[in-house]
Amino acid sequence: MDNDKLVIAGHEFGSRFILGSGKYSLNLIEAAVRDAGAQIITLAVRRANTKEHESIMDYIPEGVTLLPNTSGARNAGEAVRIARLARELGCGDFVKIEIMRDTKYLLPDNAETIKATEILANEGFIVMPYMYPDLNVARDLVNAGAATIMPLASPIGSNKGLAAKEFIQILINEIDLPIIVDAGIGRPSQACEAMEMGAAAIMANTALATAGDLPLMAAAFRQAIEAGRKAYLSGLGRVLVRGAAASDPLTGFLRD
Amino acid sequence: MVKINGQESDAAGMTVSQYISTTDYNIDRIAVEKNEQIVPKMQYGTTVIEDGDTIEIVSFVGGG
Repeated sequence: MDNDKLVIAGHEFGSRFILGSGKYSLNLIEAAVRDAGAQIITLAVRRANTKEHESIMDYIPEGVTLLPNTSGARNAGEAVRIARLARELGCGDFVKIEIMRDTKYLLPDNAETIKATEILANEGFIVMPYMYPDLNVARDLVNAGAATIMPLASPIGSNKGLAAKEFIQILINEIDLPIIVDAGIGRPSQACEAMEMGAAAIMANTALATAGDLPLMAAAFRQAIEAGRKAYLSGLGRVLVRGAAASDPLTGFLRD
Repeated sequence: MVKINGQESDAAGMTVSQYISTTDYNIDRIAVEKNEQIVPKMQYGTTVIEDGDTIEIVSFVGGG
């Protein structure tokens, strides 16, 4: 298990839990990263505020890889601008593309995401596109130079779990890049199930931010993700179509 | 007039460095875009904000 690394564009990570940093106090970030065991944390880019002197950058422990997202982008051009600004802010080359046209369900725009992926991959970014799980789109993203594919499990921030389970499984089966389930995972058991299915990692934010005790939930997710990964590597036991199979020897006691 | 982060400003004629020195921005924590093009930090002292320019000054915040 110690050699089991998440590899993204040649970068190795021991943790398979990508932590969001939105919607909770900056003071909780250090404990969240520690208890999640996270090595990657997502960030957003916004207009700077001269009245807020605290920067999230001062709260993120050293050695954690920054994964800026392009939230707020409504098309490929805006996502490219945000990605370039993020790189200028000094976060390295990782970027999670997030393009939303729909304001009610916040669903990702797959066509614009393909365009942005191609542009940014050509500029040397390590591109991690957030997408609606569609095999054809995933193949286009691979061809466009994506480093991972990040399908949603259910609408962002909904905590509804693996609504798109069957389609995520198709991506896991057919796409050679790491499939990182992003958005909608609300409980550790759902993260565990996605990992049992063969997902490479889980990204979660709202599930933690809306939990009663954020660091404790971070720890619960960490254990669930590790358990699911071990189960996947082990290979799950078979499911009987009908009947039962005793777990004990049936002979040699009380009856002939 | 110049637009900086959506607000009208009379910063025309200043360099980006001069403008930032009139604000509370932490220069290590921001990135600057002029008319949708990145202004690299090394060019803050030589990039003049001109009438009609649109300037965006951004930083990282928490997000998923």
